[in-house]
Amino acid sequence: MHAVTTTSAAPALRSRLTWFTFASPANFYRLAGVLAPACGVAAAAFALAGLWMGFFVAPTDAVQGEVYRIIFIHVPTAWMSMVLYVAMAFWAAIGWFLNARMAFIFARAIAPTGALFTVLGLWTGALWGRPTWGTWWVWDARLTSELILLFLYLGYMALVAAIDDTRRADKAGALLAIVGVVNVPVIYFSVVWWNTLHQGSSLTMGAKQHMASTMLVAMLLLTLACWAYAFAVVFLRARAIVLEREGDTAWARALVASDNQGR
Amino acid sequence: MNGAVFAAVYQRDLRLAWRRRTEALLPVAFFLVAASLFPLGVGPDPQILKLIAPGVVWVCALLAAMLSMPPLYAADHADGALEQLLLAPGAGLAVAAAKAAAHWTISGAPLVVAAPLLGLLLDLPSEELPVLFASLLLGTPILSLLGGVGAALTLGLRSAGMLIVLIVLPLAIPALIFGAGAAAAVDAGLSPSPHLSLLGALLIACLVGAPPATAAALRIAVE
Repeated sequence: MHAVTTTSAAPALRSRLTWFTFASPANFYRLAGVLAPACGVAAAAFALAGLWMGFFVAPTDAVQGEVYRIIFIHVPTAWMSMVLYVAMAFWAAIGWFLNARMAFIFARAIAPTGALFTVLGLWTGALWGRPTWGTWWVWDARLTSELILLFLYLGYMALVAAIDDTRRADKAGALLAIVGVVNVPVIYFSVVWWNTLHQGSSLTMGAKQHMASTMLVAMLLLTLACWAYAFAVVFLRARAIVLEREGDTAWARALVASDNQGR
Repeated sequence: MNGAVFAAVYQRDLRLAWRRRTEALLPVAFFLVAASLFPLGVGPDPQILKLIAPGVVWVCALLAAMLSMPPLYAADHADGALEQLLLAPGAGLAVAAAKAAAHWTISGAPLVVAAPLLGLLLDLPSEELPVLFASLLLGTPILSLLGGVGAALTLGLRSAGMLIVLIVLPLAIPALIFGAGAAAAVDAGLSPSPHLSLLGALLIACLVGAPPATAAALRIAVE
């Protein structure tokens, strides 16, 4: 881990800032080295604030009592699972169509975190469903499509891991990720299109909110926390993959050498 | 799409399968054996069997289709014929469509024919048998098309069989839900036409979307 988190000898930004500046693994490595700790600190701060608000400030729910408070973890993780899949598919597509290896690396870095958030969303949902619905699981449209999302993440990770040739693995994974992105709107609209046990959306854009404002603020704080955490972890993982793939380059060798000297 | 390549590949695959008829019928044998395991495992109670029969038949059809797809591409990939086939203009789409059509003709259509027999073995009421037949008639082409995408993505890999299942099954789950749901709807006294309509829509979507995806995957795998 030491080699991944230090920023001491990464090369300075040589080009001016363009859309493609951070398509260079070296530039990205430096940027991520700065952003990852910052996002980690932000994640911790938002999480503390959100959890405090959610568990101590937000009022008791009229119908569900105290059990509803798992919403503050369940909803952000479920949102992140969908957002991260779209992000993964987006970066994989960028990598494929623009032939940008940094984008492929980034997509690969997102996948495990996305899968983790999907598992957390399903798990917290089950923990919430047991006292409220009386069952750990039900095969309604939303839960089934979220489970399919988990299988899509696992399928992507299995496919890129099974192909030895990196370029072929990246492109095959990109195709799979793009094909699977149709599932995300299905999850999102499942409670609208089908008669599901899972409740419909409680948040409406713009219109008067149906939730108490403290509940809403706590949920948004924890969403920001999950997002910042995801950024931090994805940046760290992407840095590790960059070092794995670009280990033969001069900048990477210089980095490792200066690290070894510094020890 | 290159019509000449389509016709050539389709006829070639059918001819090759005809020369190894026993091997070509293995998916059907798998289908029958796997579906027969369920009454043995679950117990012979006709009420239970009647309820699970559409789902069991569909799942076994799905697994049979997934497992029989890789061999269609693997032999051509191993001896380099696939790369030669893909040289012609518009060949990617043609090969993808032809392989899916051949796969359906060789193993999908026999599955559809065998399904009512299996339904009878699983105590499916006779009014549900035509619905099961129709749902599989619409659904097995979907499985062939999606299986083509999976086979092209996992071309030449060691663990292709298991990988295909992991990759393609999530995409095939909607077809499974509506297909099995059609027969189950009849059991509940409802009309199966919404399920069959949605299945038809999925088929059209796969007919339009799967061959280009397979062609792209073939290009990735072969280059």
